[in-house]
Amino acid sequence: MTALESHQDAAAIVLGIETSCDETAAAVVSGPSDVLSSVISSQVDLHARYGGVVPEIASRAHVELLTPVVAQAVIEAGLGNHDVEAVAATAGPGLIGALLVGVSAAKSLALAWDVPFVAVNHLEAHLYSSFLEEPDLELPVVVLLVSGGHTLLVLMEAFGRYRLIGQTLDDAAGEAFDKVARFMDLGYPGGPVIDRLATTGDSEAVAFPRPMRNDGYNFSFSGLKTAVVKHVRAHPDHDVADIAASFQEAVVDVLVYKARKAAEEFGARGLCLAGGVAANSSLRERLLDACVSAGISGFLPSRSMCTDNAAMVAAAGWQRLQLDGPSPLDTGADPNLALPFV
Amino acid sequence: MLILGIESATQQVGCALGGHEGVLASAHSARGRRHAENIAPQVQFVTHQARVDLQDVGCVAVDLGPGLYTGLRVGISSAMAMAYALGVPMIGVSSLDLLAFAVRHTNRLIVAAIDARRSELFYAFYRQVPGGVQRVSDARVGTPDDLASELLATSEEVLLVGDGARRYSEEFDRLQKTDIAEQGLAHPSAASLVQLAHARALREEFVKPWDLKPIYLRVPDADINWSTR
Ligand SMILES: [Zn+2]
Repeated sequence: MTALESHQDAAAIVLGIETSCDETAAAVVSGPSDVLSSVISSQVDLHARYGGVVPEIASRAHVELLTPVVAQAVIEAGLGNHDVEAVAATAGPGLIGALLVGVSAAKSLALAWDVPFVAVNHLEAHLYSSFLEEPDLELPVVVLLVSGGHTLLVLMEAFGRYRLIGQTLDDAAGEAFDKVARFMDLGYPGGPVIDRLATTGDSEAVAFPRPMRNDGYNFSFSGLKTAVVKHVRAHPDHDVADIAASFQEAVVDVLVYKARKAAEEFGARGLCLAGGVAANSSLRERLLDACVSAGISGFLPSRSMCTDNAAMVAAAGWQRLQLDGPSPLDTGADPNLALPFV
Repeated sequence: MLILGIESATQQVGCALGGHEGVLASAHSARGRRHAENIAPQVQFVTHQARVDLQDVGCVAVDLGPGLYTGLRVGISSAMAMAYALGVPMIGVSSLDLLAFAVRHTNRLIVAAIDARRSELFYAFYRQVPGGVQRVSDARVGTPDDLASELLATSEEVLLVGDGARRYSEEFDRLQKTDIAEQGLAHPSAASLVQLAHARALREEFVKPWDLKPIYLRVPDADINWSTR
């Protein structure tokens, strides 16, 4: 038995590293869900002037920020340098140059500390974010994972056992927010801006289409974005808050409708939100209402657990260690890494 | 002091271990751009070959570039994390310095030139000094034509070294008194890195992991687009 294998059973304290997009994050989690520290250094200001994430700028920032962020996570967890028992890092999907920074650092840490390294799927990590704050959630649950890069409805039957129910056929939900915000000159990132504006607008002012609402579990948001563009061109003086509120309402309506329908059809005990768009206040409110009226438990992670973070990576890493053991040290990164569905 | 060197600035990636006894073990690979996959196994390999424990490493040296960005960052990120986890200081060395160091026994003017893609080179000029080489120009980015013009202006004998010099050899072969070093010296080597870093370690020229800065020589693409918009 090698040194790495002998650690496998004992690994309880996992350091997680997340660098798949524009957050440089590290966290320490003990066991499946006890978060000892979670440090996130957001690069959003670096990318704001470009209206989107610039891969080369993201990669440069990750190199600069990662070591201090890891050191801070270890210190905030109240640990010494040699108390970490496994190192997990996001290996995909994401920006390849950004992913490689985190994976490379994680493998070095594992080597130097003589502990296992675990490669983690970023989407699987998001699925675990609810369990960090609600460890007693009962399976199966339906997870609505909505972010700038992804829109997925997943049935989580057991840890490590997922069924894909639906996904977007074009733009991700968060991408639609960004594109509409950019077109309306509202700034970047689009989600929070539209969320804020919408609170003062009338969500019934414009009846935007609800794409594919009654058509299976897949999503499509690019037509909705086009409808907003057409409306603004035709009515340049229409109140911006009303348009923002009506657009947001259309997105939220489709997301919540399908998530609830899936939870009912697949007999889920609960419905969870995950991903950056899960920070949207209207989505949170409407999803909780839907859960109450459907008589299932709804769980909304706190905003800092919805957006990209490393605690969810450490938690998924802990699960993967139990299920598969360590990943080999010649593991690379895969920008298109898919979730393993049954 | 035992030094672990990690080098990944070009299409080659390498790792070496050494100190006052010289280079104890090294590993290099240059196929398929597998920098991220190869570094950790190379570190394991050199420690096993040299029969030393990673915990005995007293300093981590790394090639800071210039070079191909993604690969370069893989090496720097690996090295920084290693130094942090071992609780040891770091030494950063330029890729161009490493190329010039490998041909330090010539008394010609040395030009280290790395392929920067997009029809450009990263390059700098060096002269032999006792025990090594000294850089006598800024490191810069320019076209092979830019460099050829600079070389035309000098009356000295020149030795070009690096994968950039070899890629654009037809530009330089036309020049008189100019030679290009062999393929075996075309990439910075981790063994040279350990040797150069050892000399600096004796002078205690250490930095903390978070104080290291990669040498890019170009602003990110998006910056260029912004300023010309
Ligand atoms: Zn994410």
